[in-house]
Amino acid sequence: MVKRKKIKRSFGDVCFDTINTVILLFVVIVTIYPFLYVLFASFSDPSRFASHSGLLLRPLGFETRAYKAVFENQNILTGYKNTLFYVVAGTAVSMLITTLSAYVLSRRGYKLKGFLNFLAVFTMFFSGGLIPFYLQVNSLGLADTRWALILPSAMTTYNMVVMRTAFSNVPVSLEESARIDGAQDFTILFRIIMPLSLPTVAIMVLFYGVSKWNAWFYAMVFLRDRQLYPLQLILREILVLSSTSDMVTDMYANKDLLSETIKYATIIVATVPILMVYPFIQKYFVKGIMIGAVKG
Amino acid sequence: MKTLKLLEGWKKDLSKYKYLYIMAIPMVVYYILFNYMPMYGAVIAFKDFSAGLGTWGSRYAGLKYFSLFFNDVYFGRILRNTIEISLLDLAFGFPAPIILALLINEVRQNWFKKLVQTVSYVPHFISMMVIAGLIIDFTSRDGAINDLLALFGVERKTMLLVPGLFKPIYIISDIWQKIGWGSIVYLGALTGVDPELYEAASIDGTGRFGKIIHVTIPGILPTIIIMLILRLGSIMNVGYEKIILLYNPTIYETSDVISSYSYRMGLQNMNYSYSTAVGLFNSVINFLLVIGANTISRKVGETSLW
Repeated sequence: MVKRKKIKRSFGDVCFDTINTVILLFVVIVTIYPFLYVLFASFSDPSRFASHSGLLLRPLGFETRAYKAVFENQNILTGYKNTLFYVVAGTAVSMLITTLSAYVLSRRGYKLKGFLNFLAVFTMFFSGGLIPFYLQVNSLGLADTRWALILPSAMTTYNMVVMRTAFSNVPVSLEESARIDGAQDFTILFRIIMPLSLPTVAIMVLFYGVSKWNAWFYAMVFLRDRQLYPLQLILREILVLSSTSDMVTDMYANKDLLSETIKYATIIVATVPILMVYPFIQKYFVKGIMIGAVKG
Repeated sequence: MKTLKLLEGWKKDLSKYKYLYIMAIPMVVYYILFNYMPMYGAVIAFKDFSAGLGTWGSRYAGLKYFSLFFNDVYFGRILRNTIEISLLDLAFGFPAPIILALLINEVRQNWFKKLVQTVSYVPHFISMMVIAGLIIDFTSRDGAINDLLALFGVERKTMLLVPGLFKPIYIISDIWQKIGWGSIVYLGALTGVDPELYEAASIDGTGRFGKIIHVTIPGILPTIIIMLILRLGSIMNVGYEKIILLYNPTIYETSDVISSYSYRMGLQNMNYSYSTAVGLFNSVINFLLVIGANTISRKVGETSLW
């Protein structure tokens, strides 16, 4: 908007701004409150929380027993460790294959470019479906191994397309002069293109990292061994499965009081790592999304 | 002679771009293994799949599974739910981020603008599991929403056991989840609106609201149209992730969609051929819709996906 400094604002202007601010404040509160509720509940005294009704504006009492229980729970600890592994290894594999592909598709002049491009882009519009995919992963022997969470979902074509756009924005002259100095494609990619596209590369690392932290469906489908479960599957047992069985039997009276606050503490423990990286990546969002909006 | 020359050309290409082709190997292997093999694997929709015989060896069954699907008692139900959820999402979920972007654009205090943006993007990064957990908890009999409604004398109920409430819960939570992230694209488009147009409108005595209607919205209309067309292209594509976490047999009537049905038939009932037929039916329709949407967008504006 154009800045209008000393011009007196009209009555209509003031009304407009006030209503606008009220609506946006409402959006902010509605978005943030569920998390605050969970945070307050997780620190609340279980018995006071159980008898409480209505919204929480602060913790009821102060208790860390729920957190203690969470950190003593072997399932959660194993899940946490597994998730860290899946995030680190998975992101590394994903970044490697995505960068290589994006580089290949951002170059010009070679004969198979059209074919390779089609190979990639077609997958964004058509898929064989869940069962054929499931059978394929099984037949490769990946089911019930850690690889099942790393290889089949290694590349998100959309991310690759975003990266391709960023790579093709690097001036060709830089590549040409490097070639004159005898540089090969690997050198050009890792020494010239990647450093010059660092913001996009950073966003991709974080997008992949977050999606791997949050992933659960393939884990649910492919893993039987509980020792391999990522945190999200443990969360599923605590948050979704337990409550659906509650829903069916409706036996609220017998519910263990502490188990309620443990539920909230688990949500906090599983979400805080994501929220910690959030401030660092936020400034790149707009850029990352807008690059994706440019057709390539 | 001609083929020799062609061969010569390829040889030259391969040697000149040798490293590029080496770098392309992981991608080709990846797409073949995890995208194109499953596409081939979808032939089991036309076969009586048996694990012992495998995809290749199973016997052809013609269109048996498709005709079973079209005559399935649930066919109408899942088709209706899919389209209804999609249309509701289009009606409420599509405009929401546009409105948010317009409102954010009118904020003059930079810190407040930043605050709204920062907060509204957060749900995008929260896992579906946590969101489903929150929804289940908040809508449960002694959950926060019932606590609030009880103040107004509304009877407490486990909302996810009431068929009529599933769609509102799904749509409202979807808006909550996506409004902020969805607004980024429009905020980006808003930076491209020419400031001179605002000045001209000011000179004409147009008010703030008038400017939104006559300057801002026309300025981002191309973006809105593209996003709308893309959205129309995925109208039959309602994902199963959130649905299978939230639904239960009591409310299948209003919550079961094509993708969740295909998931249940395949991975829970182990009816592979049937599930694949359902999935393939959905994939083909989605594909045609996207192609159609893109053709339209190319005709309407200069913009298209490819």
